[in-house]
Amino acid sequence: MTLRDGKKGYSYSVCTMELEQSTKMRLQALGLTDGTRIEVLNSKKSGSVIFNVRGTRLAIGKDIAECIEVAECIEAVKRA
Amino acid sequence: MKEELQVGFVGNPNCGKTTLFNAYTGAKLKVANWPGVTVEKKEGAMKYHNHRFKLVDLPGIYSLTSYTMEEKLTRQFILEDDVDVIIDVADASALERNLYLTLQLIELGKPVVLALNMMDIVEERGMEVDLHRLPEMLGIPCIPVSARKRTGLDILMHTVAHHREKKQQIDLEHQHPNGKKSKHVHPHHSEYAMVYSDEIEDKIDMLITRLKEAGFETSNYRWHAIKLLEHDEEVMEKCRVSLDDIAPESLETQIINEKYDFIDEIIEECLVNKSRKAAATDKADRILTHPVWGVPVFLGIMALVFFLTFAVGDFLKGGFESALTYISDACYNGLNAVHASPVLISLIVDGIIAGVGGILTFLPNIFILFLALAFLEDSGYMSRVAYVMDGLMGKLGLSGRAFIPMLLGFGCTVPAIMASRALEGMRDRRRTILVTPFMSCSARLPIYVLFSQMFFKEHAMWAAYSMYVIGLLIAILVAFVMHKANKKNSISPLLIELPEYKTPNARTIFIYVWDKVKDYLTKAGTTIFIASIIIWFLLNFGPHGMVEDMSESLGALAGKVVAPLLVPAGLGMWQVVLALISGVAAKEVVVSSFGVIFGIANINSQVGMDSLVSSLSSYHFGPLNAYALMVFCLLYTPCAATIGVMKRELKSTKWTVFAVLFQLAVAWVVATLVFQIGSLFL
Repeated sequence: MTLRDGKKGYSYSVCTMELEQSTKMRLQALGLTDGTRIEVLNSKKSGSVIFNVRGTRLAIGKDIAECIEVAECIEAVKRA
Repeated sequence: MKEELQVGFVGNPNCGKTTLFNAYTGAKLKVANWPGVTVEKKEGAMKYHNHRFKLVDLPGIYSLTSYTMEEKLTRQFILEDDVDVIIDVADASALERNLYLTLQLIELGKPVVLALNMMDIVEERGMEVDLHRLPEMLGIPCIPVSARKRTGLDILMHTVAHHREKKQQIDLEHQHPNGKKSKHVHPHHSEYAMVYSDEIEDKIDMLITRLKEAGFETSNYRWHAIKLLEHDEEVMEKCRVSLDDIAPESLETQIINEKYDFIDEIIEECLVNKSRKAAATDKADRILTHPVWGVPVFLGIMALVFFLTFAVGDFLKGGFESALTYISDACYNGLNAVHASPVLISLIVDGIIAGVGGILTFLPNIFILFLALAFLEDSGYMSRVAYVMDGLMGKLGLSGRAFIPMLLGFGCTVPAIMASRALEGMRDRRRTILVTPFMSCSARLPIYVLFSQMFFKEHAMWAAYSMYVIGLLIAILVAFVMHKANKKNSISPLLIELPEYKTPNARTIFIYVWDKVKDYLTKAGTTIFIASIIIWFLLNFGPHGMVEDMSESLGALAGKVVAPLLVPAGLGMWQVVLALISGVAAKEVVVSSFGVIFGIANINSQVGMDSLVSSLSSYHFGPLNAYALMVFCLLYTPCAATIGVMKRELKSTKWTVFAVLFQLAVAWVVATLVFQIGSLFL
C-alpha cells in the first residue's frame, strides 16, 4: 500500500520511496528513510496526508503520498 | 579591542534563529511560527565583553545538500565566507530532526556551537536533555537557551568567543551504526563524532588519498570525500576524480541512514523522558485540519479577521477623525491669523492635510488587520492553511504552499511576493507572483472603507467583503487559466512541516504590528505626502500658471485624455482617472487624491463623506460607479513598491511589464463587466 491509503491513527513503516531525487532527499533529510516508522495523523480525500516522523509533523500532497510505499506496523494499535 | 568574529546562525526552519538574532542585535526582523519566514541573509553587529561580533542570520534549512535555493545560499556562505564560528540553532523540542543538520555542520570542519533553543518548552513537557552526555557524543559545546525568554544568551556568546580557537580535543566515544563493531581502526577515529560503517569509512579513506594525489587542495578532505560519495553535483564539479571503482552509484541514502542511526543512539542516551506531550496541538488539528471542516473553518477565520478589521476599526476611528478636524481647523485659523498667503494655506490645508491626514484616519482599520494577521502567523496556523488548501490549489496546478504568500497578500503584497521564494521551481514562483497582487492588500482597504460607507450605508461591510472574495476568485481563475495554458503540467507537490501551536508571543506580535504601523505612517509622511503636494499642484496650475477653475488645470487636462477609455467602466471622469493614476504611487493615494481633488479636509468623517457624495453625484457617479471603482482599484496595476519587488523576484523585465499590463487589462475588463451588467438592472 502507499501512504495515500494510510489510515488516521495507524502506524506504518516506510518500504520504498519512488520519488524525484530532490523531493526524496528533502524527505530523507527530515528523517524519512527506508524502515522509518511513521504515524498518520490526518488525511484528506484529495490525498494530502499529515504524519509524524521522528517527532516532526509533516504535511505532504497526494503526489508524494502516492509514491511512498508503506507497510502497516504489526503492533499498531488504533489510538483512542 | 580584538578583531571581529563572524558568526553564522544556521538551523532548521522555524527553530528560532531570527528570534535569537533579534535578541542579540536588537534588530526587529520578522519572526513567525511557520517554516520559511526568513528568505534572505541578514547581518547585524553586537559587542560582548571585548569581542566584536558580526552576526549573520540565514534562511532555515534541513540539510546541507544543494537542492534548494536556501540550502545553496547557506552552504555557500559557510564554505566561502570567513565564518569564524557557526551557531547551530536547534529546536530542542524536536531534537531528533535538528541533530541531522548538526552532524552535517560538524562535518564541515568549522567550529560549531549547538544552541539548544526552546528549552522552556522541553521543560514544560517534562523532558530533559542530558547536557553532560550530549556534548560528549557530539564533540561540540551544547548551550541551552530560550530566545523568546532571553535566557542563556550570555553563556552562548561566551562559548562562541572561546570556541573559535580550534576545538579542544574531547575524547569521543565512537558509534558504529547498528551496533556493528569496527573490524579495523581508522586513524581519524579520535577526531570525528560521526563515524560511519567500515564500508563507508574505507571508501572515505580511499577518496581522501585520491583527492590528495590529484593535487586537490582543501582544508577539509573528509567532507569533500563524503560529498563525493553522495554524488553531490557541486562537489563533483569541483573535484574531478574518478568514482567509478569506489562509488559508481550515490551512497547518499546509506549515509543519511547511518547519520540517523547515530542520532537514534544520541536520543536514546541524552533525552530523558521521551514521551512527548503534544496533545493540545493534536486536539486543535483535529478541527483545524479536518478533512471536511478544514476549509469552512479557514474561511470562517478569514471572515472574522475582516469583520474585526471593519467593525472594530470603524469603532476606533471616531477619535482620529475629531483630532483631524481639530488640527485642520487650527491650521487654517492659525495660518489666517498670521496672514499667510492663500496659496500656502491652500497647499497645507487642501493639499497636505486633506491628503495625508485623510489617510491617517484609516490607521485603526490597518492596525486591527495586522494584529489579526500577526496572531495567525505566530500561532502556527499558516502551515495548516497550506495543507487545508492543497486540494483546491492542486486543481490550479499549484501546491498548497503557494497559498501562504497569497494569504500574506491580504496584509501587504511586497513581503507576500518575497515569501514566494520558499516555493520550488521558477514556474510555480512566477505564477504565484502574478496572482498574489489580486489578493486585496491593506493599502486598498481605505478605498473600500470609504466608498462602501459612502454608497452602500448599511450594506457597507458586505460591499467591502465582496472585494476580498472577487480578488480571491480572480486570482484562482488566473492561476487556473495559466495552468491549463501550460502544456507541461508538472505540479510541485506540497511538502511542509507543521509546527506545534503556541500562544502568540506578545513581543513578536508587537514587533510585527509596530513594523506595519510604522510602514503605514512612513508612507503617509513620504509617498502620500509628496503625492498630495504633486496632485495639489497639478490641480491648481494650468499650462499658463495658476488657475481658478480646476477643470483647466494640468491634472484635469491629463485626466481628460485618459478618461474616455474608462467610460465603459463607469469611471470616465477626469477626477477619478487622476486619482487612479496617482494610486500607482501607493494605493492609499487614491483616497488622499480624492480628498485633494474635491477639497475635502476630513474625507473619512460623516461630513467629509456627505460632501464627497454630493460632489460625485453631480457627475452622475452613483453606487454602481463606486462599486466599479472599488473593483478597478482591487485589480489594477499594483503600487510602485510591488512592481519593484516583482521585478527583483521575477528577474525579468519582460515578465514584470507583462504582469503590470495584464493586471491593468483584468481590472478594465472586470470593472467594465460590473458596470455594464449592473446598468442593465439598475
